Amino acid sequence: MRRGVQNILIAGVGGQGVLLASEIIAEAALMSGFQVKKSEIHGMAQRGGVVTSHVRYGERVYSPLIPVGEVDMILAFEEAEALRWAATLDEEGILIVNRQRILPPLVTLGLADYPHDISSAFSSLEDRYMEVEAFSLAQEMGDLRLVNTIMLGAASVLLRIPLASWNRSLREKLPESLLDLNRAAFEKGRHLVTAKTKQT
Amino acid sequence: MKRVLLSGNEAVARGAYEAGVRVAAAYPGTPSTEILESIAQYPEIYAEWSPNEKVAFDVAAGSSMAGARSLVAMKHVGANVAADSLLTLSYTGLHGGLVLVSADDPGMHSSQNEQDNRYYAKFAQILMLEPADSQEAKDYTLLGLELSERFDTPVLLRLTTRVSHSKGPVSLGKRKEYLPGGFIKDPPKWVMVPGYARARHPIVLKRVERLQRYAERTRINRIEWGNREVGIITSGISYQYAKETLPSASFLKLGISYPLPSKLISHFASQVKRIVVVEELEPFLEEQLRGLGISAEGKQLFPRIGELNPELVEKGLRRAGLLALKRRPQPRGKDLPPLFSRPPVLCPGCPHMGIMLALRELKIIATGDIGCYTLAALPPMQAIDTCIAMGSSIGNALGIEKALPGESSSKIAAVIGDSTFIHSGIPALLDVAYNRGRVMVILLDNRTTAMTGGQDHPGTGITLKGEESHKLDLFRLCQALGIESVREVDPYNLQKTRAVLQEELDSPLPSVIITNRPCILLGMGKKGIAYSVDAGKCIGCRLCLQLGCPALHWEPNGGRGKGVAGIDALSCYTCGLCAQLCKHEAIRQGDEA
Repeated sequence: MRRGVQNILIAGVGGQGVLLASEIIAEAALMSGFQVKKSEIHGMAQRGGVVTSHVRYGERVYSPLIPVGEVDMILAFEEAEALRWAATLDEEGILIVNRQRILPPLVTLGLADYPHDISSAFSSLEDRYMEVEAFSLAQEMGDLRLVNTIMLGAASVLLRIPLASWNRSLREKLPESLLDLNRAAFEKGRHLVTAKTKQT
Repeated sequence: MKRVLLSGNEAVARGAYEAGVRVAAAYPGTPSTEILESIAQYPEIYAEWSPNEKVAFDVAAGSSMAGARSLVAMKHVGANVAADSLLTLSYTGLHGGLVLVSADDPGMHSSQNEQDNRYYAKFAQILMLEPADSQEAKDYTLLGLELSERFDTPVLLRLTTRVSHSKGPVSLGKRKEYLPGGFIKDPPKWVMVPGYARARHPIVLKRVERLQRYAERTRINRIEWGNREVGIITSGISYQYAKETLPSASFLKLGISYPLPSKLISHFASQVKRIVVVEELEPFLEEQLRGLGISAEGKQLFPRIGELNPELVEKGLRRAGLLALKRRPQPRGKDLPPLFSRPPVLCPGCPHMGIMLALRELKIIATGDIGCYTLAALPPMQAIDTCIAMGSSIGNALGIEKALPGESSSKIAAVIGDSTFIHSGIPALLDVAYNRGRVMVILLDNRTTAMTGGQDHPGTGITLKGEESHKLDLFRLCQALGIESVREVDPYNLQKTRAVLQEELDSPLPSVIITNRPCILLGMGKKGIAYSVDAGKCIGCRLCLQLGCPALHWEPNGGRGKGVAGIDALSCYTCGLCAQLCKHEAIRQGDEA
């Protein structure tokens, strides 16, 4: 961690729950006693456009935007968005990608190609690159909105935020009726990463 | 003290609450919208969506005249609308504290220009505060209301997108009630006829001098001594970027960026070898420093266009030789494949799609306005030819019509949404009727202010506080303004929509065509059975794809050896427009099997 600041970039497409996910991380970091800043762009970006949120926490945070090249973790909710933002990663940064493709109009209209294989682009990251099946897991669990809590569970294994803070933050940020399902999704996300790290 | 994470906008709302604000008003506009949405949560504060920013300002000013603490919020361009009242309220001063929050949008994330509203403080000769994070956004709102009363001045609280939409920890306090002192009749103060206004102008100039003396000693203009090789003068979000990049420098952080504390600045400048001004957009501080005879480096190092960020500040400081070459990880961008963009698009089933397609088919000039439908100016639709400012479409259309020889030119269409029409389209439509224009106005009534996230307005009959109210009848309003031909169309019925547009195009009279389908995000419409493409019948003409509906896509190998259209059943809103476009009956409701 640079100057005691942890930098997380969450990237996805409008409607995927990127902003809620960043809310939950920021709240959990605040509950853990860190100073926190979080930044994102609302407005036109929500109409199917690119959505990113920057979360920074540590002893003292100035800029709400993470300087390029200093991102400690990218949580990419969509495969092409992982490609779009990968260049912002720190040389020791981790990239976690949800295996899901959302085709933009340019591609669906046949005017541009969706990259065939993204994992080969990240071979240099070695074990700092992680693909997680958050989308298919969310499908199995019967609610596509769970992608974000599964991704958070995956991230939580690698971040220095105590589990108790994650739980409190989830409780605070989610409606009561959806809490149990989201907790289960969070747990599944954790398993995805613990299983992977054990393999290596 | 409780600390919570708040956005800059939420923090302003909290500040207004704690400061005892009684009346708050706004017209929605990114990045300012959440200020009033958050204020509306406090039952102690009367909060309203006003039809436009000038009305919002006048309401807040009236509340201040009655002695109540008041707040008005708007996006940067909204301040242009309110400026007429602002520049004279500067003369009268006020009674209860009045803060005008201007949320600027450097980089134009969601705006038509990136004007720097700090100049409004100088223009109106009023106090300006510039918070750099959420805590300061709350603190400066409280302070602004206090100073507003103490110095008898409206206060400009200037935010930018990054302050408005970034979250940070904020300590919460209790609300302090300020009961309104009541309206006190005082014509020389409140009646700005020339005789009285002339007497007020010197008061304004004296006030600036008093404010300047305050700025010299306030703690929110603070020096943070560091290395004396360079002194950085900065304000707002730029402070954070500079502090992030060169924390070892000496800083003069200005919480008050108008009027400037010239003595404090001169003192700071005398203690350091070089002065660097880090500011977003215009050289607002830099120019004033130069006026003080201080040679500062600013815009020769940092761009005057767009939003600043840590990289741009670093680049500038490096250019100035103030930063050693920092080892940075090699950007991985070069070895990655090129990537498509994801521009914002209209939603599947958006009621704007059908009528914009019908409009495009007419091949006439169509002036546009501010709203989601502006997206119809982009490919594949390209139905709209202009977009200037709120309400401009109708006046622009009339002007084009009057400039071109009448008989030979076809009609000009003006495209405007319901909320934008109410904001400032009404006087322009009156102009069309009054000055015998022929403009065909397409009024896209989706019953909400959609682009900013779905706020109510007089046409919805629901107030910001969620109360039922009088509902504006757009149909009768247009008639009352003098438009005889006011027609309602169902934009999901392409054939009828086309017919109505053609009839009005051929008519010598002006007209208003009002669409009757609500924004799909309001959840009022009923979703039926999704449409699908019969790959056997689809000839691959791509006509349906012209809609730009995100539920439609192209399948290069979908048919036997040919490309066909496809529909994503999950996102299909079942509006049926694509089926109406298809000339080969290849699209129908239900499964192809």
